[in-house]
Amino acid sequence: MAQTVAQPTATTPVVMPAKLPLKAIAPWAVFFGVLMLVLLYFVGAEQGATSVFSGTDVHEWVHDARHLLGFPCH
Amino acid sequence: MNSATVRNLLVRGMLAGLAAGVLALIVAYVLGEPNVDKAISFEEAHSHEHEMEVVSRSLQSTAGLATGVLVFGVAFGGIAGLAFCFALGRVGRFGPRATALLLSGCALLTVYVVPFLKYPANPPSVGNPDTIGKRTTLYFLMMLLSVLLAIAATLLGKRLAPGLGTWWATVVAVAAFVVVIGLAFQFLPAVNEVPTGFPATLLWRFRLSALAIQAVMWGGFGLAFGELAERMLNPKPATVANKRAVPAAH
Repeated sequence: MAQTVAQPTATTPVVMPAKLPLKAIAPWAVFFGVLMLVLLYFVGAEQGATSVFSGTDVHEWVHDARHLLGFPCH
Repeated sequence: MNSATVRNLLVRGMLAGLAAGVLALIVAYVLGEPNVDKAISFEEAHSHEHEMEVVSRSLQSTAGLATGVLVFGVAFGGIAGLAFCFALGRVGRFGPRATALLLSGCALLTVYVVPFLKYPANPPSVGNPDTIGKRTTLYFLMMLLSVLLAIAATLLGKRLAPGLGTWWATVVAVAAFVVVIGLAFQFLPAVNEVPTGFPATLLWRFRLSALAIQAVMWGGFGLAFGELAERMLNPKPATVANKRAVPAAH
């Protein structure tokens, strides 16, 4: 009887995957999260509504990507 | 040990994002670019001022497009990799592969589809340059609102799950998300700057191609990252062939 109960759990494991501790994630999330957002800013918005660099070179270079990725362009 | 796991998942997220970006780039070039060209032709036929070209059209539609789409893929891949570290083992009884696909499906909906329903992608010549500030703010606000509400809905679902059961907790959480997003759609200002005479079919096709790019991007990311994460976190037990090979080596 014990075997018939144990078998299904052995064939279809429904184990929760181990959680990664928040303390281990936080430093990566903060540093790389910000870095990734900066990259997205340059693809999506630089030299449109706001500019870090003057001119229109960045805007013109990623112009088609900006339109096709759905960002407001000009 | 755990920190190394997070780092490895972040790197895999960026790599999967790059691969997904390549797929999305193909779709953008094949399906999207013809519509961009047609929209620019319309713009040139209806505008009297001729702007100086800073970057040529042939560069914008190839190297420029590739830069934008690939950087977008890598950046969102990295963020999704980090989000996956939070989600794994916290959203339900899903293994790494299923968690990755679920996460990227939710990302497609919250990061792109929901903002798109209110402020859809526009081809060149649609949009008044004077309102770019307002439109950019509204678009990013909608994106942020959608992502934050999705996180809130997930937390709500988790809180309700012990009482209502997983099924109804999920239904209630999704319904709450839809209601609040619906209110945001209702009360945020509308943007309608399509110039008179702009072909409706071209606008529709451009927006469909923009949606296809994101669907391929996130679909590809979910599958690629899921596979990489699964192999990293649940290394496969030796296959039958390997099991036979091991004793043979002795």
